[in-house]
Amino acid sequence: MNNIVEIKNLTKIYYDKIALDNLNLKIKKGKVVGILGPNGSGKTTLIKILTGLLRPTSGEVLIDQQKIGVYTKSIISYLPDRNYLYKWMKIEDACRLFKDFYADFDANRFAELLDFMQLKENMKIDTLSKGMHEKLNLALALARKAKLYILDEPIAGVDPVARDQILDAIINNYNENSSMLITTHLVSEMENILDEVVFLKEGRLVSKGNAEQLREEKGKQIVEIYKEIFAQ
Amino acid sequence: MQFDSNLPIYTQIINLLKTQIAAGKLSGGDKLPSVRELAKELKVNPNTIQRSYQELEREGLVFTQRGMGTFVTQEQTKMQALKKSLALEVVNNFVTNMHKLGFNNKEIFTMIAELVGEEKK
Repeated sequence: MNNIVEIKNLTKIYYDKIALDNLNLKIKKGKVVGILGPNGSGKTTLIKILTGLLRPTSGEVLIDQQKIGVYTKSIISYLPDRNYLYKWMKIEDACRLFKDFYADFDANRFAELLDFMQLKENMKIDTLSKGMHEKLNLALALARKAKLYILDEPIAGVDPVARDQILDAIINNYNENSSMLITTHLVSEMENILDEVVFLKEGRLVSKGNAEQLREEKGKQIVEIYKEIFAQ
Repeated sequence: MQFDSNLPIYTQIINLLKTQIAAGKLSGGDKLPSVRELAKELKVNPNTIQRSYQELEREGLVFTQRGMGTFVTQEQTKMQALKKSLALEVVNNFVTNMHKLGFNNKEIFTMIAELVGEEKK
């Protein structure tokens, strides 16, 4: 099978709020897919279900043809949208933690990525700026040899130079054997690195397709299509 | 580079490379940057660059040598045709814009003749 992710009739309800409404989606191997939508559209809920942090209310999710569990967690490298490292740690401690946790964590690759991001192993976590945090977390996520990378808002709130470094790292990491799922509301900054785009609005999938095909059909960049869908 | 026109990214990259070839920034036989290099430089998905290269190859403007990379064609006729088609596009746009401004063909001729004549002196 060529699909790394298959989502069928996925619904997630928090008490009386519908976060995801009967979502159907297939993601092919080797693609960079952008999940686009404003805050509160269900992007992070979807990701938390894929990573096994939340259980769906109903519906089915298969990753590499398996139900969410130990195997799927072992092949997914997840960049959360918030910091999760302890403040007392240095970068080298975070590296050791990842090495212990993940069999596919490549310390050499991590060292390369750190160097590329201009970070040093002896830096303390609580002295890092927001942009440095984001770069460190991305370096940790990309240093794993995962089948599926899930990046939640990888460039939110970082300056243009750090943003370029992050985009470079993502492009460098691209290979045909792994797939990437990236959520963002910073569409113009990210759209050029996406193969496919999925538009989420209030928990519903309102549009999806190949990014270049959409540009061709609509005669517009993705950010303009995004504005059309969400501006009201 | 900013991609902000209404064209797909791969078309914009094709146009960029064509202009570089026509302007002689890339000459016949020159090696194009690798897909990954250009992807990094322009900050676009490598698949998009790949598609641009494939399209240019289909048009006969570049050729691929296995394990070596992609090179600009050395066929003079192709180069000439490319230059001509790009120039034609510029002239077409110019004429369309002049018509929009309300100039007729004769006035356009006179204007160009004056301009080119002045540059000669």
